[in-house]
Amino acid sequence: MSIVVKNLTHIYMPGTPFESVALMDVNWIIEDGEFWGLIGHTGSGKSTLIQHLNGLLKPTSGEIIVDGVNINERGVNLREIRQKVGLVFQYPEHQLFEETVEKDVAFGPKNLGLPEDEVTERVREALDLVGLKYDEIKERSPFELSGGQMRRVAIAGVLAMRPKVLILDEPTVGLDPRGRDEILGQIVRLRERQNITVILVSHSMEDIAKIVDKIAVMHRGRMVESGTPKQVFKNREALASIGLDIPQVTHLMIKLKDKGKNVATDVFTVEEAEAEILRAARGMGHA
Amino acid sequence: MAAEILVEGVCYQYPQSSEMALKDVNLRIKKGEFIAIIGPNGSGKSTLAKLFNGLFVPTKGRITVDGLDTRDKENIWKIRQKAGIVFQNPDNQIVATVVEEDVAFGPENLGVPPDEIRKRVDEALEIVELKEYAQKPPHLLSGGQKQRVAIAGIIAMRPDYIIMDEPTAMLDPVGRKEVISTVKRLNKEEGKTIVLITHFMEEAVEADKVIVMSEGRVVMEGTPREIFSKVGKLKAIGLDVPQVTELAHRLRGQGLAIREDVLTIDEMVECLCPLL
Ligand SMILES: Nc1ncnc2c1ncn2[C@@H]1O[C@H](COP(=O)(O)OP(=O)(O)OP(=O)(O)O)[C@@H](O)[C@H]1O
Ligand SMILES: Nc1ncnc2c1ncn2[C@@H]1O[C@H](COP(=O)(O)OP(=O)(O)OP(=O)(O)O)[C@@H](O)[C@H]1O
Ligand SMILES: [Mg+2]
Ligand SMILES: [Mg+2]
Repeated sequence: MSIVVKNLTHIYMPGTPFESVALMDVNWIIEDGEFWGLIGHTGSGKSTLIQHLNGLLKPTSGEIIVDGVNINERGVNLREIRQKVGLVFQYPEHQLFEETVEKDVAFGPKNLGLPEDEVTERVREALDLVGLKYDEIKERSPFELSGGQMRRVAIAGVLAMRPKVLILDEPTVGLDPRGRDEILGQIVRLRERQNITVILVSHSMEDIAKIVDKIAVMHRGRMVESGTPKQVFKNREALASIGLDIPQVTHLMIKLKDKGKNVATDVFTVEEAEAEILRAARGMGHA
Repeated sequence: MAAEILVEGVCYQYPQSSEMALKDVNLRIKKGEFIAIIGPNGSGKSTLAKLFNGLFVPTKGRITVDGLDTRDKENIWKIRQKAGIVFQNPDNQIVATVVEEDVAFGPENLGVPPDEIRKRVDEALEIVELKEYAQKPPHLLSGGQKQRVAIAGIIAMRPDYIIMDEPTAMLDPVGRKEVISTVKRLNKEEGKTIVLITHFMEEAVEADKVIVMSEGRVVMEGTPREIFSKVGKLKAIGLDVPQVTELAHRLRGQGLAIREDVLTIDEMVECLCPLL
């Protein structure tokens, strides 16, 4: 499923003292099956932007076109759009409301009118995908879990809907390192298996570098850049000036290069750095 | 009377729960230290934080703050003045309808005079770069902006013990660095004791001491260098090491002569230069 954002502007509470221009003339084309990372400083408009993609927020001006349909036109069934475009919120607590974890994750699939056993099947699968044990957690209240456990339940609730486009607003916030790697790994596999489109909002340049194909950069409500990780991470000064950064290993390679060492600097993951340093060290007769 | 938070044989069980969230925890946090607590989801970090200032009291064992027992109700007021928490979810601690009133709430409760409050609030908002949002309702802010409001609140309160539960979770990379350098400044220049709970290993590296929790227990304790050189052990309990430490570990595995306990980019550059 493709999504096209055309000249999108969003103003919160226009005409009041709290008026705030959150998005200014944003244009973005998301092709079917692409994996996007969305980055930007706090308050740059990321959450506002993605909440337009399934019709939760209405544009002040501009258009959102999902699979060829302008979703804000009269007569468009937004419920259908929201089944296809699944959104995991920045604050998982906002998404949890049932008295047990099982009911919470089952809520979406139930609403799709699926038969009971299919619902249970999906709940099990979704909890498994986020690294929670169905039998241990199904009866617990989602509000009596640790922060990271709550987030996993919220993600499971959206996965159980099997959306065609999966949008995750800082899904790894509050997860421990293993949980972070597991969930990102599951998203990658899910995408390969079901060929879904994914948009990942994140402040972790390391995570973004590891898994996305393309990155869009927000700054004060505008989309100031979009391209491959290589293109976007090339300009570290520009990124730093708008609150962002490059991965730690990329910093390392740049420092080595500055010392006159013969290493590539378009290296964004630990694995890539390992290979590049070994190459250079072997060239010098070490290792 | 020792200036410290002392945790002795503490267990904690939530009312509805059948399992202990904390199991026989023993810790000493001395005044002026900068401590980082790391540990997997559900390992008991936030529970422990809430025990530090008497929000919860131990099911078993004892916690004292500068000698004051948190189980004694008469001490609670004094303990709260000494130890302040920034909670994991900033949404849960916003109390006022305007940002600057929210930041003023803590010092007001401590009975700080109005002029002094004004000064502290302005300073705190300046530090977290929210001056232009001073008059806004906090619930209309973005996730990271709310987190900054919560941090400003504790800066304005200036308790001796500052406990922060994942304060940088929703901040952008530059904002995260700014918070950590503010925390270090409060520690080094104003002698504040810092307890920083975090899932970012790069932040834990900045502390004097790292405490590792797993399944309700303290399982490791030491300097960042001692802790992060145990790559295998940390990974086994679901944790990680900074990217450069991981890289050093892998390169050693490939036969390069690199120290096991590299923590920063500059140390790594130093190790690699002779080899490249
Ligand atoms: N409900 C609202 N009413 C008014 N202004 C709002 C509202 N929600 C957000 N804003 C403002 O709109 C701007 C964009 O906010 P948004 O939440 O989209 O940012 P973000 O990029 O997701 O930030 P973060 O990384 O902190 O989550 C911010 O300046 C914020 O203060
Ligand atoms: N209100 C509650 N009622 C019952 N059990 C709870 C409650 N809050 C937390 N727990 C449980 O207590 C244990 C410790 O939780 P705690 O929130 O201290 O973990 P944490 O280390 O802070 O985790 P995280 O990294 O996810 O924030 C977990 O097993 C959790 O499910
Ligand atoms: Mg956001
Ligand atoms: Mg916690």
